[in-house]
Parts: sequence; structure tokens; C-alpha cells
Amino acid sequence: MSTFKQHSVLPGFNLALGFTLLYLSLIVLIPLSAAFIRTSALTWPEFWTVVTTPRVVASYRLTFGASFAAALVNAVFGLLVAWVLVRYRFPGKKLVDALVDLPFALPTAVAGIALTALYAGNGWIGQFFEPFGIRIAFTPIGIFIALTFIGLPFVVRTVQPVLEDLESELEEAAATLGANRLQTFARVIFPTLFPALLTGFALAFARAIGEYGSVIFIAGNMPMVSEITPLLIITKLEQYDYAGATALAVVMLVISFMMLLIINLLQWWSRRRSASA
Amino acid sequence: MTTIALQMPTAMRRKEATDEPAWVRRTLIGVALAFLTLFLFVPLISVFYEALKKGVDVYLAAIMEPDAMHAIQLTLTAAAIAVPLNLVFGLAAAWAIAKFEFWGKNLLTTLIDLPFSVSPVVSGLIYVLIFGLQGWLGPWLAENDLKIIFAVPGIVLATIFVTVPFIARELIPLMQAQGTEEEEAAVVLGANGWQIFFRVTLPNVKWGLLYGTILCNARAMGEFGAVSVVSGHIRGSTNTLPLHVEILYNEYNFAAAFAVASLLALLALVTLALKTFVESKTRQSGGECQ
Repeated sequence: MSTFKQHSVLPGFNLALGFTLLYLSLIVLIPLSAAFIRTSALTWPEFWTVVTTPRVVASYRLTFGASFAAALVNAVFGLLVAWVLVRYRFPGKKLVDALVDLPFALPTAVAGIALTALYAGNGWIGQFFEPFGIRIAFTPIGIFIALTFIGLPFVVRTVQPVLEDLESELEEAAATLGANRLQTFARVIFPTLFPALLTGFALAFARAIGEYGSVIFIAGNMPMVSEITPLLIITKLEQYDYAGATALAVVMLVISFMMLLIINLLQWWSRRRSASA
Repeated sequence: MTTIALQMPTAMRRKEATDEPAWVRRTLIGVALAFLTLFLFVPLISVFYEALKKGVDVYLAAIMEPDAMHAIQLTLTAAAIAVPLNLVFGLAAAWAIAKFEFWGKNLLTTLIDLPFSVSPVVSGLIYVLIFGLQGWLGPWLAENDLKIIFAVPGIVLATIFVTVPFIARELIPLMQAQGTEEEEAAVVLGANGWQIFFRVTLPNVKWGLLYGTILCNARAMGEFGAVSVVSGHIRGSTNTLPLHVEILYNEYNFAAAFAVASLLALLALVTLALKTFVESKTRQSGGECQ
């Protein structure tokens, strides 16, 4: 016991930790382990067959492709938005800053139907693309749009605090040494921001992979074309294919755990980088 | 909007050497605002536009309709159970993690964040695997005439799962930063555990607690994927507000779908306003401490 916990004069450790572990086990850990235990009913070749059918592989490709593209766009524009919010003054800045978190606060189903209405062929935005034969809603492009919306705050909110803490001395030193603004940004500012930017990218990517609510309305949900993996889980569940749904859920869980690990490593790197800077 | 940015008082401007030329500044602000307008403001405005397009009567009728009222009631119920439970959990977890040093602390902190990285659909599925008819406890529940999946308890459980981390993750770093000196002083002065907690710790973390609660509540009322898997979509019975939006939308009843959706969008706006208010409060009290 003495090696498990350092001595403290404060009371309540056993109660607090006991309750925390009990609650976490009942709500999160035992239910999550159910997915893994239930999958073990399948043999390895059976499992492998279920998770590699062409329709499932097509859904992975779409889910990861669209999530990656959306996270990339968010990395670029998130950095820009964070920069503008930290460095410049403009009217309505406080309002803009507050509204950046809208995708966190707006229920995904609401985002889904709003984006679908906007990007449909007769929608406010979709009508400008329709004459050129470009369809956005009910295609993979629509999925990309929805995932960009929900991932937007992650990059802004991870880069913003690092940018705020950036010491102006570094930039002044670079200027004194004859660097122009672009050189200062590329060689001094960007390297300091990079771990945070990568963390934001990973967070947006991880969120996008699992996203369901905002995507299903705009996706069109055609097998092999615009069907994301989470939707395929629901489809299997509705066909009472519990083994198939659980196998896919396990694949998604393993990917989630890997992303969580990567994000933790990135955050550790980011903290170390900003501490040493 | 961008032209006004140039008229800022000269005293506000930083030195030339670490400042970008005006045209660069204007372009960057312009592009950032254009992006945010396209991706955030236009979708938000479109919800209210579509909701009110067919007039206020249609709007009110869609909201006052019995199924919609029931959905509102169920959403409020689920949040009223999930948020307080996660609040107690958040306080307990933060007390253990922030005020004590013990083995496996980092692992525990990571485990608390787990629900954030799990797909909502998977979050719902795991409860079906336990409580559904094909699940571990399914036969026993059926024998005793208890229903969890496709019923209200399942919706509450799924809501609790997806909102577990919100309050804990706000409180842990806050309580870690505050340290243990004040609590230790209270011990020396003879306070018991609950006195320390209610008179010292709780007042110190009240804004962080409120912040986490607001975010937790927004997610609890807005959750779609996880709740969708366990709900069974029974109108007027197991339909939450976000699920009601989906049903109306799939019935091509767009005006009603957006009317109900506008309630959720209002909730989001209230959440953002409260969040901004609490942030300004914490900034103030943070300034007093230093």
C-alpha cells in the first residue's frame, strides 16, 4: 500500500478512488470489454473475413480518406483562424472567437440536416455547383464537408493557447538578425507550433473517423460509394447480424485506442516543446 | 469588415519589425472570416431560416405537437440523470487524481478520456451487447420483464457513457494547478473531510465545475449516434429531440425537422454564451490570484 500511494494528510482518497473506479468500470470499461469478448465467439479467419469484405473495405477507405482530407483542411484553416484570433484585432472578434466552438455545442443531427439543406442541388451553396455538374450532398464530397465542420474547433483550440504563450522576444531576435516575416514564421514560429498543430490534426482526425450524426444525412449512404464504417455497423445491427456489427466495432475500437495513444504522445511532445522553448 | 481593421489606434499596434504588412493582415483576416462564414455562420443561420420559412404558425405547431413535447421531456430527463451522475464522478475522480499521488494515475486519467475517442455508434452498440435480447443480461431481463434497450434506461446509459469525461477533465487540471496547501491548512485547523471539500475545494473550482457542467449538458441533450442505436426510435416513447429531428427529416417534413432542430441550435447558442461568460469569469479570478 505504501508503494501504491504516497502519504498525504488529506482524507477521502479511498472513497474518491473507489467510487471513480467503480463508476468507470460499470459505465465504460465492462461495456467496452463486452465488444472484445463477444468477438472472441468468432474464430480468427471468420473475424478476418467479416472485416475485409469489399463493402467493408470500401467503407474504411471512405471513412479514413474523408477524415484525413477534412483534418488536413482543418489544420490549414485552423492555424489561420488561431493566428488571426491571437495576433490581429478586428470588429466582432470576441463573437467569432466564441462561435468557433459551435461544432462542439451544436448537436450533430442539426449540423447534418443544415449542411444537407445548404449543399443540396437547390440549396444556398449547392445551387452554385449544380450548373457545373458538381454534386456535393449525397456524395463523398458531402461527407468531407460534414467532417470539416465537426473537426474545425480542435485545431483552433489546440494551437491558440500555444500561440498566445509564444514569447515575442524570439520573433524580435529573428527580426534583429535580419529575418523577414516569412522566414521568422517558417523557422521560428511554425516549428514551435508544430506539435500543437499535429495534436489538433490528430484530434480532428480521430473525431471524424467515428462521426455518425452529421454525416448520415449528407452522405447518401450508398454501399461501396458513400457508406461510412459507423453506418455499416448500424446496418448490420438492424439485420440482427450482431457478430458482424461487433467485429466492425472492435476494428473501430482498436483504431480509437491507437489514436488515443498517438494523441497522448503528441500532447506530451507538445508540452515538452513549449516548456523548452 | 476588413477595411475597419486598419483603423485601429496606433497605440495598439506592435512594432513594425514583428508585424506583417497591412495587406497581409487584411488578406489573412479576410480568408479566415470567409472560411468561418461558409462553414459555421451560414449553416447556423440556415437552421433558423429553414425553421421559419413556412411561417411562425407551422413553426409553433411543429414544436407543440405531442410527439415533439414528449421528445423534449425525454431529452430533459436523460440530461437530468446523466449530468448530476457525471458531476459526482467528476468531483470524485478529480479529488483522487489531483490531490493524491498514486500508482497508475496517468493510466486512470487516460481511461476517463476513453469515451471521447470511441465512435458514438460503438458506444451504443456495447450496451446492446450487454442488455439487448441477444446480450449477456438479455434473457434474464426478458424473464423479469425489464427493458433497457429500446427503452428509456438504455437512452440514459448511452447518454451517461458519452458524457463521462466532460466534468472530470475540466476539474483535474484545475485542481492540480491549485495544489493541496489550502486543504492541508484546513486539516491543521481541524476541519473534517466534508468541511474541507465544501468550504475550501468546491468554492475554488466553482467556475471550472460550471464550465464542465455546461459542456456536459450540451452533449447530453444533443447526443445522436449512441442514443440512436439503443433507442429503437419509437415515436412519443423513446425519441429524444435529436432523434425526433431525424424522423421528421426522413419523412420529408423539413419545416418541422428544422423547427425542432432550431430548439437544439438555440441550446447550442446558450451553451456558447454561458461558456464565454464563465471563461471571462475564470480569467478575472485567475488575475486576482496572481
